[in-house]
Amino acid sequence: MNSTVIQTQQLTRDFGSLRAVDHLTLEVSGGQIFGLLGPNGAGKTTTIRLLLGLLPPTSGQVRVLGLDPLEQGEAVRSRCGALLEHAGLYERLNAEDNLDFYARIWRMDAPARKKRIQQLLEGLGLWERRKETVAEWSRGMKQKLAIARVLLHRPQLIFLDEPTAGLDVPTAAALREDLLRLVAQEGATIFLTTHNLSEAEKLCAQVAVIRQGQLLALGSPQELRARAGRPSLQIFGRGLDDHVLDSISRHAGVNGVQRFNDHLEIDLKEPTDTSALIKLLVEQGVHIEEVRKSSVSLEEAFLSMLEENHVH
Amino acid sequence: MFTDVLTIISKEWKEMFMARGSMRSGLFSMLIMVGLLGIFMPLQNGRDWLNNPLLILIWSWVPVLITLSMVTDSVAGERERHTLETLLASRLPEAAILLGKIGAAVFYAWGIMLTGLLLGAVTINLAFPASPAFYDLRVFGGVLVFSLLTSWLFSSIGVLVSLHSKTARQAYQKMSVVFLLLWFIPMLVIQFLPQEIKAGLSARLMTLDLNAVLTLGLVILLIADAALLLVCLSRFQRRHLISL
Repeated sequence: MNSTVIQTQQLTRDFGSLRAVDHLTLEVSGGQIFGLLGPNGAGKTTTIRLLLGLLPPTSGQVRVLGLDPLEQGEAVRSRCGALLEHAGLYERLNAEDNLDFYARIWRMDAPARKKRIQQLLEGLGLWERRKETVAEWSRGMKQKLAIARVLLHRPQLIFLDEPTAGLDVPTAAALREDLLRLVAQEGATIFLTTHNLSEAEKLCAQVAVIRQGQLLALGSPQELRARAGRPSLQIFGRGLDDHVLDSISRHAGVNGVQRFNDHLEIDLKEPTDTSALIKLLVEQGVHIEEVRKSSVSLEEAFLSMLEENHVH
Repeated sequence: MFTDVLTIISKEWKEMFMARGSMRSGLFSMLIMVGLLGIFMPLQNGRDWLNNPLLILIWSWVPVLITLSMVTDSVAGERERHTLETLLASRLPEAAILLGKIGAAVFYAWGIMLTGLLLGAVTINLAFPASPAFYDLRVFGGVLVFSLLTSWLFSSIGVLVSLHSKTARQAYQKMSVVFLLLWFIPMLVIQFLPQEIKAGLSARLMTLDLNAVLTLGLVILLIADAALLLVCLSRFQRRHLISL
């Protein structure tokens, strides 16, 4: 599925004098994980609420799965799953009852409910603990259960609002793995908000960066990184003399070279085949001990975008 | 819509029974209520429990009180525990959620009242043996309908109060004041009236055209219930329930 699943045109939402979403124009294709990145208070949660028809926009248009969430809210929400800011679990109930309640809401019949709940809980390693009251569970387990709830009715489009926020590093990594595996199995489109840049880089095919409700950038994580700066290559070894420096700087894929005490720092033009450069160095008689390829991280790109926008 | 309402009612009841940590303690609380209405009060009042309509009318505050705590917990409490937004993000229409929440409180409380009254009749017949007796059917039916409509009325007020309260506790406190003013104080005054005045009132009540009185009271309650329900339906909308 590659057709457009989310389309917003100049979407704006005000809360009194505060503009939470400011003329946001987005297009999200199906079958991918799309990341909406931004600092706290950037308007990510409000955007999800607008897309789900939980709030009416102040101005602008929204189409989700070809439908208007405000006019056809029930039809949109029937095809979507949402893990919002909070897990939204009934902590007095056990895991099975939590899922059973939502499965009834999605009008699944008894055998289908039972089968699907077992499939999801087993998939997330929670089946053995299904009779435990959710209040007794750790935050990581609750998030897993909330994800199971989101996937229950096999939605076409899934909204995840900061799914790993507040989790420790191993739990967040495990949850990400579960998420990727389940998404591959279910084949749904995911609209993910996060301020965790490495998470977005690992999961998302496309990302949009927003700040104060305004769109700053849209593209793949690679494209966003490329916009912020070019990759570089560090060469450690012996024989890095002026002659080598000169021949490397004349290479088509090289933007510039600098020599430090023990290594060369080569600024690359992207895309560059680094193996050709290594071969050239070896031919020049350099004894290479170590090669480090570095590029601007999405986090650096993100910060530079925020800074740039702030300055302007 | 009806199935959705039933789904909400069943969830609300499960949550209520589990509120003290286990199903057993939830059932125990319910049995205490039924025991109070069906065993303790009838034993205290003897055969008067079946014959004096004022007695069961006075005790019809029980379902109203149960309704208050349930409805404030299910509306203000659900918002406080951050489960309401997830529920609103589902396909359920707002009306089904609202009716389910009101219905869960009203039918639980009313069920306790009905069970308590029926058990009361059994208790009287067992504890004070004489010829088999039951409530005057008109009084019995009237009290049941009256308590149903009153519970519904207070549930609707509870929803509106909950929508304007930050926490379930705050909503319950506000509702307690409303209940005290509208229900408990008048009932307490009747309870502590001198015996001869109470007997006079009771005799007067029996001589009144009970059908006309009940019909008028029920019509007034029905109109109030319908009006408040409409207000609740207009307020219980996603756009009002979700804030920044």
